[in-house]
Amino acid sequence: MAAPMQETAIRTGKVARTFIYLVLLLFAAFYMLPLYVMFVNSVKPLAEITGGGMMSLPSVFTLEPWVKAWSSAQIGVEPSGLSPYFWNSIKMVVPAVFVSTILGALNGYVLTQWRFRYDTIFFGLLLFACFIPFQIVLIPMAKMLGVMGLAGTTWGLSFVHIVYGIGFTTLYFRNFYAVFPSELVSAAQIDGAGFFQIFRRILLPSSGPIAVVSIIWQFTNIWNDFLFGASFAGADSQPMTVALNNLVQASHGVKEYNVHFAGAILAAMPTLLVYIVGGRYFVRGLMAGSVKG
Amino acid sequence: MASIAGADMKTRLQTWLPKLVLSPSLALMLVFVYAFIAFSVYLSFTDSRLLPSYGWIGLENYTKLWRLSHWETSLKNMGIFALLYISICTALGLTLAIFLDQKIRGEGLLRPIYLYPMALSFIVTGTAWKWFLDPGIGLENVIQGWGWEGFEFRWIKDRSLAIYTIVLAAVWQTSGFVMAMFLAGLRGIDNEILKAAQMDGASNWSLYRRIVIPQLRPAFLSAFVILSHLAIKTFDLVIAMTGGGPGRATELPATFMYSYTFSRNQMGIGSASATIMLITIASIMVPYLYSELRENH
Repeated sequence: MAAPMQETAIRTGKVARTFIYLVLLLFAAFYMLPLYVMFVNSVKPLAEITGGGMMSLPSVFTLEPWVKAWSSAQIGVEPSGLSPYFWNSIKMVVPAVFVSTILGALNGYVLTQWRFRYDTIFFGLLLFACFIPFQIVLIPMAKMLGVMGLAGTTWGLSFVHIVYGIGFTTLYFRNFYAVFPSELVSAAQIDGAGFFQIFRRILLPSSGPIAVVSIIWQFTNIWNDFLFGASFAGADSQPMTVALNNLVQASHGVKEYNVHFAGAILAAMPTLLVYIVGGRYFVRGLMAGSVKG
Repeated sequence: MASIAGADMKTRLQTWLPKLVLSPSLALMLVFVYAFIAFSVYLSFTDSRLLPSYGWIGLENYTKLWRLSHWETSLKNMGIFALLYISICTALGLTLAIFLDQKIRGEGLLRPIYLYPMALSFIVTGTAWKWFLDPGIGLENVIQGWGWEGFEFRWIKDRSLAIYTIVLAAVWQTSGFVMAMFLAGLRGIDNEILKAAQMDGASNWSLYRRIVIPQLRPAFLSAFVILSHLAIKTFDLVIAMTGGGPGRATELPATFMYSYTFSRNQMGIGSASATIMLITIASIMVPYLYSELRENH
């Protein structure tokens, strides 16, 4: 998180420090616990889990639950494993992230460098749209996707995520461009540079940090979405989260907990990777803009 | 003449271009957010069941809704959940932030450990906690296996306690994020004031109570706004952990809306519940966004 601006000047005694370290480590263990449970149980035979060994390291190591979760577990009516749904999620996420980020960048550019009457109202409406409970748009959206011929498709899901993602991407780019020196833009205008030229030559080259923020934010949110996926996807366009839920909630047959855990890690892997690789840049980019909070 | 007219066209295009670029987003927002909201609110006054239908029935759906014990359960759960979730996340986030701010060795290692749950899907989180708390294979079974045979922990199967397991998982997921918000606030506090107060012999406790915490007001406000809106939208976590059960013990307004609209074919009542969710969120977000935007202009 925060690039350490300055640490507190407050001094603490030895006893207090020991206590502080203990509490911090205890909570580190608390936050790691579910990840530990998922990992160790995804590589042991089912009998070890049902036999009371959930917290132990595996005595027999096996990758079979992973293979099964990926390629042969029963999801709904198909014994297809999670792999087709993994690709559905990729197909849904990539265009949605790309388009919503570009629209956000353009909106942010206009809202900061080409101020017009009512632009604050426009931004306010867009911002409020970020926080609505999506239950309020589910019914008309289902209808509309049908009208547009996108019902039950990954394109339809991408579209939904673009529509409801623009608010946040615009917010990020607007806050980032707001601190951009406006002299540069006016100088370019005097030189006769046009609208897109100014964007491409002056703003875009320095937009890297905020583009990273927008991409990470959108990727994480869209990958992790469940409500839209469950409401609008068809049987063969379901995203990973919906398929994982189907796998875990299946009421027939033996509950293969090890396969469930392996599936959960598979569903978590992309966002976890993005967090590990890009988390630092996310925070740095947020700090570069003037996002409050 | 032609070139002058051409130049004129060009400047006119240049003045319109910004608005033109904004217009797709404006159109999408007006249709897919605001017109859709209007449509759903309208449906809540109609006799819609399996499909939208336009027979006006006034407030009937709302009066029916308030008489449903199912809705009452979701509201009661919402109250318990929101209160505990917001207060525990805030208290825990603040405590961890203050502790982490004491020149801690390994801070760079601890921060990402506290924060990573934010990156996970609630379905993943829900799956992990569901089986960890399951009396058959999880914590209860493990501790009994370690020799404490009378140990019992079956909250997730208990109608009156299951909602607290949802609180636990939700706190696990977001408290690290709240910690980060407070930590950013703490790092922005002027150390000179603290040093001066320390010279006057103030204890650490009173330094925090009198000087530091009052300065964190903006962080408290943002945390409250973000947490309350997340609380009202909580849906996936319940679906993954308990499916709303046992019985209806962990239903929330979001799951209520979903099941009434899509599995019970009571679209009118479902829309009424969605409208109430929207009004609740709006009553928190609108004043907050209004004051934020006014400050910036």
